[in-house]
Amino acid sequence: MSGTSLVTARERALAVLGGEPDDATLRRYLHGIAGVDAVGLEQRAAALGTRSIKTSSKKWALDKIISLIDLTTLEGADTPGKVRSLVAKAVNPDPADATTPRVAAVCVYGDMVPFAVDALGGAHGDPDDGRISVAAVATAFPSGRASLEIKLADTVEAVAAGADEIDMVIDRGAFLAGRYGLVFDQIAAVKEACRRPDGTSASLKVILETGELVTYDNVRRASWLSILAGGDFIKTSTGKVQPAATLPVTLLMLEVVRDWHLATGQRIGVKPAGGIRASKDAIKYLVTVAETVGEEWLQPHLFRFGASSLLNDVLLQRQKMTTGHYSGPDYVTID
Amino acid sequence: MSFLEYAPAPESRAILSLRDSYGLFIDGEFVDGHGTPFQTSSPATEERIATIANANAADVDIAVAAARRAYDRTWSRMSGRDRGKYLFRIARLVQERARELAVAESLDNGKPIKESRDVDVPLVAAWFFYYAGWADKLDHAGLGANPRSLGVAAQVIPWNFPLLMLSWKIAPALAAGNTVVLKPAETTPLTALLFAEILQQADLPPGVVNIITGAGDTGAALVAHEGVDKVAFTGSTAVGRAIAKQVAGTQKKVTLELGGKAANIVFDDAPIDQAIEGIVNGIFFNQGHVCCAGSRLLVQESIHDEVVERLKSRLSTLRLGDPLDKNTDIGAINSAEQLERINELSDAGVDEGAERWSAPCEIPENGFWYAPTIFTNVQTSNRIAREEIFGPVLSVLTFRTPAEAIAKANNTPYGLSAGIWTDKGSRILAVADQLRAGVVWANTFNRFDPSSPFGGYKESGYGREGGRHGLAAYLAPSSAVSAGRAGAQRRLETGESTSAEPDTAAERPARPTRTRTTRAAKKGAAK
Repeated sequence: MSGTSLVTARERALAVLGGEPDDATLRRYLHGIAGVDAVGLEQRAAALGTRSIKTSSKKWALDKIISLIDLTTLEGADTPGKVRSLVAKAVNPDPADATTPRVAAVCVYGDMVPFAVDALGGAHGDPDDGRISVAAVATAFPSGRASLEIKLADTVEAVAAGADEIDMVIDRGAFLAGRYGLVFDQIAAVKEACRRPDGTSASLKVILETGELVTYDNVRRASWLSILAGGDFIKTSTGKVQPAATLPVTLLMLEVVRDWHLATGQRIGVKPAGGIRASKDAIKYLVTVAETVGEEWLQPHLFRFGASSLLNDVLLQRQKMTTGHYSGPDYVTID
Repeated sequence: MSFLEYAPAPESRAILSLRDSYGLFIDGEFVDGHGTPFQTSSPATEERIATIANANAADVDIAVAAARRAYDRTWSRMSGRDRGKYLFRIARLVQERARELAVAESLDNGKPIKESRDVDVPLVAAWFFYYAGWADKLDHAGLGANPRSLGVAAQVIPWNFPLLMLSWKIAPALAAGNTVVLKPAETTPLTALLFAEILQQADLPPGVVNIITGAGDTGAALVAHEGVDKVAFTGSTAVGRAIAKQVAGTQKKVTLELGGKAANIVFDDAPIDQAIEGIVNGIFFNQGHVCCAGSRLLVQESIHDEVVERLKSRLSTLRLGDPLDKNTDIGAINSAEQLERINELSDAGVDEGAERWSAPCEIPENGFWYAPTIFTNVQTSNRIAREEIFGPVLSVLTFRTPAEAIAKANNTPYGLSAGIWTDKGSRILAVADQLRAGVVWANTFNRFDPSSPFGGYKESGYGREGGRHGLAAYLAPSSAVSAGRAGAQRRLETGESTSAEPDTAAERPARPTRTRTTRAAKKGAAK
């Protein structure tokens, strides 16, 4: 897969901003965007959460959720063995049911990329072709507290090892200090580092870590900033900070993506990550996507769930819909 | 298959066990009416639901007499604490039977089940809980010590929020010590009759609440009845005006909650996505059958086009259809008459030069429906900008400055509610201060709470419902003695006083009716 090329991204940003992406210009632009009313946003998210998805719609939704999952392991204790186990689960989520779709990608630390690529073998590829991508977190994940050189080296190494997608973190400290130009430049530089020698590029997901940005106004500004700087996806969280993904935050990011699409015609992806464990909750996200940006966003290049335990809950629900009765945790595999 | 065509998710009707016909609820029992019975039907399918008794003048006499008896013998003598126990019990029963009430309400009224389930019925319970708490604290209602109840309250309610309006009327009336004769709207009597069953279940003393069904003439006879001390009406301004004339020169105390043509003012710095939601909720909630609906959108000219575009794309996602489907956003119009009025005013809008746009919804074959509609290029002189449509029709007007927004917002014979959308707190305060409307919402719309008073300016009526202010409609200061009813002697007998002494009335053996009901109340509290 290839993300948008950096040159067009920069040109687009300049056109939208009307000037160089320095602190002052970005501040003028980002602070000129309409604010967010927290009460109203949360009410809207809660209302979307009351949609009742039953029978055939639920069956479709469960399969769709699986196909949108970035199956994730991001532990200090990760080993090649753990990654192989994760990959096996990604390729064949439910050994008892061959009709179960594969997940979209596995998401690992950069140094685990070679093991993931190796374990995937022929299954490695674009989710649109029924294959599984490898996503790597990079740029001194999860805190992002490192020099730009280290962040870029981190990225380059993961891409060279075969990562299709890079999940970077923004410098929240710089963002909160109002140094929007610095955040922009770092995202743009990482985007450049995603390029491969053959001219293609790994897709770039920009993690906002909304739990540290705290206010919805900040989330909205950081979303615009990340898209302006060339991110292909905006992602809520690392999963290491609470709260991680929430429905209101995801709704807000989807609204930005919708407005960006209206303004430029470009489609940006959204990835809520962390804290989504139940099928029921994941279905609320599907509803929110479909009713905010449209159903076309429900595809792996435009929407992902960053999750680990969600998959097994979806499988249990799926088995229930197939067999008519609930099974138990021993009827799905641990990875 | 498209995901957005969600598979049907109908709420089950099995929970309802309706009778084939309902009588009048008088003196704790269902009795036959003397008028010609009528049918209540579902506006979504036009199918008959049940046959409803029709109360004529003789039935009104009987109901008022029952209420008077209950007032004199039981309710006015009962301590506030015991009245509160009954109200708490009613509130709990409403919660227990919430799903059943929600299904009945959506069936009979046509409103989406998600609204009756998530808004109407929870608010009904909240209203009873709230006023239950007030029943023994009336000294703090703002009328001085020992305020007294008025007597028999005649209450006439509309069809847009049948059960919720019932609770707004009955809860404060009973808390204050009045007894009630209530007439629900002709097209939506069902939940009031289920509520009568709840009153039986709650063992409320007979006659304290009487519910009589019928059309406008029943309501007129009730309001005009000599035995009534208080009239409370929610409905159209025309009827409200007739009632005001009718009761002029009598001792009857009146509160009227009438129509509205609320301005929803959107400034150019508004939180735009939430403002769009607020506009939608303001006018399309309950198919626009809301007296405080934000039917006039006043949007700052600089963002007019953007707001209209966003509004249209949002309206295109609304789901119109079966009110009992849990995913329905827009239900049925309550009656053929109402649909006709909406059509008439909407056509008048086109004739006067406004541009009509309706959301692309599939309209079901049977029943009464109107797709969410917005009018742009509306002038302040147009009928659709001045008259209450009471349907899912929004008129969009523009303004240039805050002063112009305020002037246009106030330029209406009504004054029930208004909305302000801006990110600037000081502007909210400055504008709200100058709006002549009973309720002003800031960055939200159509939110209700029992602790918040609700009511209008000008032709939107007078008196307040809800909160401490809502009690004043059903109480008089102890010094004001009127019509020779009730008064000091009663209070002495019942021991309903401000003193901190425990209520010892229960031990008094002299009054059998009172002792009986007190026991009933105690039994209820123990449940």
